[in-house]
Amino acid sequence: MAQMNMIQALNSAMDIALGRDPSVVLLGEDIGYFGGVFRVTDGLQRKYGQHRVLDTPIAEGGIIGAAIGMGVNGLRPVAEIQFADYIYPAYDQIVSELARLRYRSAGAYSAPVTIRTPCGGGIRGGQTHSQSPEAIFAHVCGIKLVMPSNPYDAKGLLIAAIEDDDPVLFLEPKRLYNGPFDGDPAKPAVPWSTHPKGEVPEGHYTVPIGKAEIVRPGNDITIVSYGTMVHVAQAAAASLGLDAEVIDVRSFVPLDVDTLVASVKKTGRCLIAHEATRFGGFGAELLATIQERCFWELEAPIERVCGFDTPYPHAFEWEYFPGQARVATALARVMEVR
Amino acid sequence: MPRPSRLHVPRVPARPGEAPDFSYVSLSPAGAVARPDVNAAPADIENLSVELIRVLDDEHVAVGPWNPHLDVDVLQVALRHMVLTRVFDDRMLRTQRQGKISFYMKSTGEEAVAIAAAMALRPSDMLFPAYRQQGLQFVRGARLVDLMCQLLSNTRDMCKGRQLPVMYHSVPGRIFSISGNLATQFPQAVGWAMAAAIKGEDSVAATWIGEGSSAEADFHHALLFASVYKAPVILNVVNNQWAISTFQGYAGGEQRSFAARGPGYGMPGLRVDGNDFLAVYAATEWAAERARKGAGGSLIELVTYRASAHSTSDDPSRYRPKEDAERWPLGDPVERLKGHLIRLGEWSEEQHAALVGELDAQVVAAWQEATTYGTLTDGPRLDRDLMFEDVFKELPPHLVEQREALRRERS
Repeated sequence: MAQMNMIQALNSAMDIALGRDPSVVLLGEDIGYFGGVFRVTDGLQRKYGQHRVLDTPIAEGGIIGAAIGMGVNGLRPVAEIQFADYIYPAYDQIVSELARLRYRSAGAYSAPVTIRTPCGGGIRGGQTHSQSPEAIFAHVCGIKLVMPSNPYDAKGLLIAAIEDDDPVLFLEPKRLYNGPFDGDPAKPAVPWSTHPKGEVPEGHYTVPIGKAEIVRPGNDITIVSYGTMVHVAQAAAASLGLDAEVIDVRSFVPLDVDTLVASVKKTGRCLIAHEATRFGGFGAELLATIQERCFWELEAPIERVCGFDTPYPHAFEWEYFPGQARVATALARVMEVR
Repeated sequence: MPRPSRLHVPRVPARPGEAPDFSYVSLSPAGAVARPDVNAAPADIENLSVELIRVLDDEHVAVGPWNPHLDVDVLQVALRHMVLTRVFDDRMLRTQRQGKISFYMKSTGEEAVAIAAAMALRPSDMLFPAYRQQGLQFVRGARLVDLMCQLLSNTRDMCKGRQLPVMYHSVPGRIFSISGNLATQFPQAVGWAMAAAIKGEDSVAATWIGEGSSAEADFHHALLFASVYKAPVILNVVNNQWAISTFQGYAGGEQRSFAARGPGYGMPGLRVDGNDFLAVYAATEWAAERARKGAGGSLIELVTYRASAHSTSDDPSRYRPKEDAERWPLGDPVERLKGHLIRLGEWSEEQHAALVGELDAQVVAAWQEATTYGTLTDGPRLDRDLMFEDVFKELPPHLVEQREALRRERS
């Protein structure tokens, strides 16, 4: 096993995919010669050439439109959108084209495109470099949607996404690129080498799309989360001395309902935590799904801790971010109900 | 005194009740435009985006350097495809008016655009049409019954009941699935062509867009990517003057030709008489040869006129003069090719009438067969479980659950 941060794990996934399958190509802004603004594709153009790792114009709609055409013509494109905040010019190509091509042509045509994009805040990115747009893609039929919370999952899920014949949108919580983050910006940064999920096999493996992971088994309460908030929620539960069962959703579409429901039926309590805005957020879908199936086992109302329904503010980043204190307060509230 | 700024509103030449006015269409005499080498530098051939490439003159004679010198039997096949397109369109419009299908879009007046391009390309070339190039299907060997079953959303619908009528596709014919969202096919065709180049294949992608939807960002993405990577692609703008009720001036056609977008992006732009089968054929052949030689993509503006309504939901008498189509200065593509063959002594009015009758009978017979597989309103119907398939390659658990729920609801 090697020690990798999330950037290295993602790089390794693409290196392996490019090496194993000549139809895999990468395209995106600054990803080639420069290796990407977050260095995720570093060295891959040098290794595989300019015809397999393409620098593109700054035109997200063009990148995804071209990727679809490449996919139809037998390639397996991996497109990078530099920030999730920049994905909206490509929204029509993703929603109306990529996600629906197989359906509208009754299986005659499809395009196995993977779209990678960094999301989430906590990096002083302001309102145009911090968004978490999972909900507006989860609402779309025909595209798989995943978000890893650690290097091991990042590599395995990305290889699975690239090898998947359906399109996959792969969200990378960029605050986790260099280390796990428990929500406290005042503490010194912790590297992935201190975390068991920073141990990553060098070779090929996959983490299946559609499976959540119980990252910490427990009995008091189920915390359902994903991305950066997996680490924040664990720290918050620990600060209260709770025996919480912490679930990393990992895959929004398809959603591993069984794992969520089994856990909440066991604990009888549930808190959902995500960084994205609250109203119409993915937490609402999680809450409804769990409530429909676990109503008679619930001992307290399910709560959500989310970003506020405002754009991500530059000056008030840590007031906005749903940090440990906010999660702990909500956990205590759910635990109080008898 | 400097004049204050003033919002310009594009001028529409004529509205209902006014005399048709096509003085805004700049024409070149047939045969007048030089045909450059296919490897010419875009900067050296910008004149092609201003002038109008024409081969058939007013006497139906093929003239000038763009004459593709096609054999008579090729011309007769072309005429057959064009007449079939028109007859098919006319019959399908009638079925819509009778309530048998929900919607239809005719290509009347624009038949040469699709037929000539498809005939000039190789069967291995990939086509990314908009919704008014049904002629591609005829050239690529589609069965009439299969197209009609799509229109009917019946048990043999190639789209399994998921698409509006006319949103066909063909895998053996290498025709991409048509989208109801405009312009999206343009960058996709470029991506397909980029992949062909990456793989070292010599296939070309061709795509079509209306001049109206050339206003979309997708159009500009396509031109940019085609130019940056010199993708082997032919980007066709069908300038039929009208986007539903919106005149082409509102898509930016008032100040410069649509073909001139090509040189703007560093690729050739060819302005072509879209109602001249020979000119469309020759321009497509030129662009395809250029693409196959690695010199990159071309933009072709096909100057034509949408002689019918936008769709069965449209009424053009509300926004343009009724006599517009017959006064269109580039005439009718079927009549012009027919006139050319007659002029060559290889066709006659009698043969033409017989051909129309023969093709109409074929269409009627195909319709009778197609309706035996069901219509939108009369059985047999598609299995409703199909609604849940092909969202993903394999059915995920939540769709299995929803399929079962529908089964229970309907049992």
